[in-house]
Amino acid sequence: MMQIPCILCGRRDESEFVCGGASHLLRPPLEASDQQWGDYLFFRDNPKGVHLERWRHAQGCGRWFNVARHTVTHEILSVYAITEPAPR
Amino acid sequence: MQNRYSAWSLLRGAFSGQRNWSPAWTDAAPKAAYDVIVVGGGGHGLATAYYLAKNHGLNNVAVIERGWIGGGNTGRNTTIVRSNYLYPESARLYDFSLKLYEGLSAELNFNIMLSQRGLVLLAHSRHDLDAMSRWANAMRMNGIDAGILSRDEVAAMVPGLDMSPQARIPVLGGFTQRRGGTARHDAIAWGYARAASALGVDIIQNCEVQGFVQEGGRVVGVDTTRGRINADRVGIAAAGHSSVLANLAGFRLPVTSYALQAMVSEPLKPVLDTVVLSPGTGAYLSQSDKGELVIGAMLDLFPSYAQRGSFAVTQSILAGVLALFPAYARLKMLRQWAGIVDVVHDSSPIIGATPVPGLYINCGWGTGGFKGIPVGGWTLAHVLATGENHPLAEPFALSRFVTGRLIDEAAASGIAH
Amino acid sequence: MSGRRLAAPRGSRIDRERTLSFLWNGRPYTGLQGDTLASALVANGVQLVGRSFKYHRPRGIFSCGLEEPTAIVDLIDGRHRTPNARATVVELAEGMVAESVNCWPSVGFDLGAVNGWFAPLLPAGFYYKTFKWPNWHLFEPMVRRMAGLGRASLEADDDRYEEVCAEADVVVAGGGIAGLSAAVAAAQAGAGTILITAGTATGGALGWRDDGELDALAAKAAQAGVRILTRSVAFGVYDHNLLCATERLTGGPRGPRGVLRERLWKIRARSIVSAQGSFERPMLFTDNDRPGVMLAGAADEYAHAYGVACGRRAVIAANSDSAYQVAASLGAAGVEIVALLDRRAHADIGAHVDGVRVLPNTGIDKVLGTSAVRGCVAVAADGHGSRPERFDCDLILSAGGHAPAVHLHSQAGGRLRWLADGAMFVPDGAAPGIVSVGGCAGVFSRDTAVAHALDVGRALALGFTVPSATPCGAGRSLASTRIADARGKQFVDLQNDVAAGDVGLAALENYRSVEHLKRYTTTGMATDQGKTSNVNALVLMGELTGREPAEVGTTKFRPPFVPASLGALVGRRVGRLYRPLKHLPAAEWHAAHGALYEQFGNWNRPAAYPVGGETLHAAAQREARTVRRSLGVFDGSPLGKLEVWGPDAAEFLDLMYVGTMSNLARGQARYGLLLNENGIVVDDGIVARLDDHHFWVNTTSAGVERTASAFEEWLQCEYTNLRVFVTPVTSRYGNVTLSGPKSWEVMAAVGFDAGLSPGSMKHMTMRESALGDVPLRVLRASFTGELSYEINLPVDATTAVLDRLWTAAAAAGGALYGIEALEILRTEKGYIHIGTDTDGTTLPGDIGFGRAIGAKTANFVGRRSLLRPAALDPQRFQLVALSPADGRTQLPTGAQIAASDPPTTPEGHVTSSFWSPELGAPVALGMLARGSSRLGERIRVHHLGERIDAIVVKAPFIDPAGSRLHG
Repeated sequence: MMQIPCILCGRRDESEFVCGGASHLLRPPLEASDQQWGDYLFFRDNPKGVHLERWRHAQGCGRWFNVARHTVTHEILSVYAITEPAPR
Repeated sequence: MQNRYSAWSLLRGAFSGQRNWSPAWTDAAPKAAYDVIVVGGGGHGLATAYYLAKNHGLNNVAVIERGWIGGGNTGRNTTIVRSNYLYPESARLYDFSLKLYEGLSAELNFNIMLSQRGLVLLAHSRHDLDAMSRWANAMRMNGIDAGILSRDEVAAMVPGLDMSPQARIPVLGGFTQRRGGTARHDAIAWGYARAASALGVDIIQNCEVQGFVQEGGRVVGVDTTRGRINADRVGIAAAGHSSVLANLAGFRLPVTSYALQAMVSEPLKPVLDTVVLSPGTGAYLSQSDKGELVIGAMLDLFPSYAQRGSFAVTQSILAGVLALFPAYARLKMLRQWAGIVDVVHDSSPIIGATPVPGLYINCGWGTGGFKGIPVGGWTLAHVLATGENHPLAEPFALSRFVTGRLIDEAAASGIAH
Repeated sequence: MSGRRLAAPRGSRIDRERTLSFLWNGRPYTGLQGDTLASALVANGVQLVGRSFKYHRPRGIFSCGLEEPTAIVDLIDGRHRTPNARATVVELAEGMVAESVNCWPSVGFDLGAVNGWFAPLLPAGFYYKTFKWPNWHLFEPMVRRMAGLGRASLEADDDRYEEVCAEADVVVAGGGIAGLSAAVAAAQAGAGTILITAGTATGGALGWRDDGELDALAAKAAQAGVRILTRSVAFGVYDHNLLCATERLTGGPRGPRGVLRERLWKIRARSIVSAQGSFERPMLFTDNDRPGVMLAGAADEYAHAYGVACGRRAVIAANSDSAYQVAASLGAAGVEIVALLDRRAHADIGAHVDGVRVLPNTGIDKVLGTSAVRGCVAVAADGHGSRPERFDCDLILSAGGHAPAVHLHSQAGGRLRWLADGAMFVPDGAAPGIVSVGGCAGVFSRDTAVAHALDVGRALALGFTVPSATPCGAGRSLASTRIADARGKQFVDLQNDVAAGDVGLAALENYRSVEHLKRYTTTGMATDQGKTSNVNALVLMGELTGREPAEVGTTKFRPPFVPASLGALVGRRVGRLYRPLKHLPAAEWHAAHGALYEQFGNWNRPAAYPVGGETLHAAAQREARTVRRSLGVFDGSPLGKLEVWGPDAAEFLDLMYVGTMSNLARGQARYGLLLNENGIVVDDGIVARLDDHHFWVNTTSAGVERTASAFEEWLQCEYTNLRVFVTPVTSRYGNVTLSGPKSWEVMAAVGFDAGLSPGSMKHMTMRESALGDVPLRVLRASFTGELSYEINLPVDATTAVLDRLWTAAAAAGGALYGIEALEILRTEKGYIHIGTDTDGTTLPGDIGFGRAIGAKTANFVGRRSLLRPAALDPQRFQLVALSPADGRTQLPTGAQIAASDPPTTPEGHVTSSFWSPELGAPVALGMLARGSSRLGERIRVHHLGERIDAIVVKAPFIDPAGSRLHG
């Protein structure tokens, strides 16, 4: 069971959070093609390695925030606000 | 030359000091080129190779496995086979798979211990009963056995359930597919490997694919830890690692990898004959022929390539088991593990072409890949051999994520796979 | 029958003054306080305790700890059984009842033993090769009956379990001298330290050898504030340094709610120290499974810690210097050591014992005796040299070397390396967050282990670099413990009956990788989890295939380190505390008024209020009829309630719902469908505008968490520029709903404000009002088709207002109504119930909301998905109303619609179906391909082989003009 550093509350057990999947998705406009819309909805990098994803402290403050996490070791490299750009 | 397995062969073994046996499959070193390469030596990959040779006469085939065959999800699941699916497309696919399973021990000359002790899905509310009525009727329309069970029938089939009035998770009735059950997971991998090997397929273990060689936009081979191997048709059957391979080939999949846990108890004298699934708690369990209770969980709901599983999920699934079977509190968990499953939005597989010509894929089985092994192999072999998707697999092409023609079993039934 | 109690001072753990009586296989025995079940059995001369899994060979007690493979017993207390307990770790208690497993009729005479006669026919994996014809189903029932060890009870467990979470700077798993040293050093350097130890006190397996140093350390630990958990075993390391352990609790009489049996510890630690020691490796020799063959260290521990001798005359089969220490120590305790047969050549032996005949380069060729050891025959280990020699003995001790308990290190992701000199796997470097000390790090020299552990403890506490361990002190051991040309069965896995020949067969058949070996032969898959078998199996496979053990590979260790009871893992999440149900604010009031409660989602709600022995169905019919004739009172408190505030609230709601909300006037309300981004209908509700910047949102009862989460996710992650707050208020407001033509009449009688009358307050409006000092938010919306008032009020006032309304309603001929009546009423009106009439594939166009979309400008959630080919398919299922062709046969919910008999492709299904008391006829809703264009068409529904014809009719069934809505 992981411990996730909520951007507002600090470290809490994984069971207080929900994972919202990949972060930094750009929502296409209504005029987007079916292909672009499908890409946005379904297609993912799904890396074996560092994944940029968003989590919500659902059983706590309710805040969504971004997490850079390794999908094999589950090590959390950083957390950052939802409005911040992806770390390089 | 392989032995034929029978009671007679065992008798010969008894008198020869077990020296009469030959390798179940031969470990091959990679050749320079093959007609077809299958990436992934799990059940799906091995079945693909077998059906390429058997159905399509293609013997110049290699299965390339990063580790050891059957070591991924094929050896890490709860061994349940069933075909209780709602939509005609899924029903046809999974029932074809179950029918192949039914003939597999004889066909492969390898006892896969297909045990059709039936499965019972528990209804915990009247809403569940209605959903199961729809499900059973849909299956029957598709020509697949299904029935509805009363509360008493469930109690008789599943001893130990908490049927008391104060049960937190009441059981009102259930759904059953009598042809459902379990099969011995390792035997599927070994049986297909042995049969494929006998037909001339090369099984190459400890060989990791590091890239797909492309010329003029087409795939022409793979780069591996044991060198380059050429083939102008390549199939991927790598479950949770599909995205990693797709990434090597330069495209993305509508797949996210999650850990799916399972665990077993210590072996017990028989307490549970059927497979029991409880959508309300997310728990499903059966008792193996060895006597261990095999317990399956829902997904660890964050992307993961770690074959561990979160302790929070272990606890939550066991709490569900004890809510149903309060007597099991005294049993002990002996082993726990996780497989990495390839989950797609509609919980249905992806079978067929990829954006790279010559490269085909079979993935997206998510939590239900084991029951799909025979048909997954059958249909991937078909598209590799003919270039055309098998009619059964047509609705499961990658294009559905653009058209929106999803086959959303999970959403429709509200029942986890 | 050669085990016996030794005289004092042997027996550091027992209290000779306190005798305990117990039943073993139905016969009474006595033991002493401090005994384990195993030590008490040994003291009573009981040697045969169990039968093996496959061949049902007689088996005795093999070890003295949690690695026990053979002394597996069922414990019985009253109606309950604890199956598969390891007798070696069960603390003996007064009145204990225990029995052998996997034997019938008794452990002494077990019919299953006939399997042994057929052993040559039953090599590893034999079942893959036969039982195929006619099919497995013929043979499986027999196999299932034979399989399994203990028997489980089907009686609910009365006992209790609990869970405790803790944090520590340093947590040490293992209370032997190394673990204790690390804990003391860490605590003395200021770290908050927890120590987990399996025994009743610290000291570990060798605690009985104490020379005062352990006592001194224990005193220091207490002084330094180390928190010590006894009777506890750390079983798992999980992500981010979570160490889990189970603590066995004893004490307290059994009350009606049982006893508190076990406690789960979840300890989040900055650093974990693994100090779980090592397991002795057995020797492989023919018939090495006979009762009377056991681990050497175990016999020593029994003698000194429990004061029992496991035999009178012992032969030691050795591959390790540790055997010499055992020989000396057991000899001193009064066990005659007949000979020490050392598998190693003279040059490899690094120890010495006085007065014992030592034969180097010697192994056991054969064991004499079946149910008990009577002797053995020794031969030269390399197959050359002296002629066989027979020894009479009743005990054979196996000292094959040691296998460090690298489990926690491996669980944490640490790698292993093979140490050829000691023939053992040791940690290869450190794993993140965890350090190994003592035996489990391969450090067997006591002084070195203590020094290293002290350094580790201090370094962890102070944040210094942790010193690495240097394996030492074990001496030399050979990888192979077999003699050359061994014949017969040499058991690798004692419980699962995997013999050396089975490993050979696996090698021959190409099951050569460690995972194939395990799975094919089942070695290491027994309840000892391979603790006594893994290394031997790997070494043997390496030997047979010309590889080093490390090349064969090791499997990654996973939790649990020892089997953990499901009860302990679940703790208090049982019974009512498993996903606790939500209860209505007026729950007791409803119960007092005859509510028949049922679970609806997470809520416990009245399904109906039967009177005078009515069935649920009859009650719901009466209630529904009463609503249409006069009025009904309904508790709608679970209805989801959100308040949405802010200058951009209207714009935000336009983006969330299919309906347009921004053009609502103050006080006006509108129906809305909520989609997900894939276009699927996930909830519906009513949005009312209370003020320019303030909206009230009703969601479905089941959908409120989902809706609130969706709102938050869109607000926080996508529409970050919108100034909106969403406040979930479901649990702050009760909801009492009046529905029926007399609704207002009753409200007026109770004293509600005249401004709420149907004349002054229109359908689909919301007013803020008050009843006395109770503030109200009253919504005129209707899920029944009748004049309705949804009265939202402070949760604390719900019961009182409900009671007043009900008193007046009852006087007016009204009824309380439950969910079942509501379902009938809304189906009569053709109103959908999300999740019942819709599923995870339903688009708004499928339920008649296609046209609502065109006019809207906002790019609301899910909109783009409605333009994909699948959404525009003319064959889509659409919501229809259905009537049976004969006017009286109710269509079963879930029935499928198809023109022909199966197998065929269904073209729809029945989603809701009830008997309408108003019409005296069935009413139903369903989804049907092209349904909206098939009005009047005759269709056929199929239910479990039954066929019923039905007509597609126009909804609603009642009051098509909707005049009843307005009172």
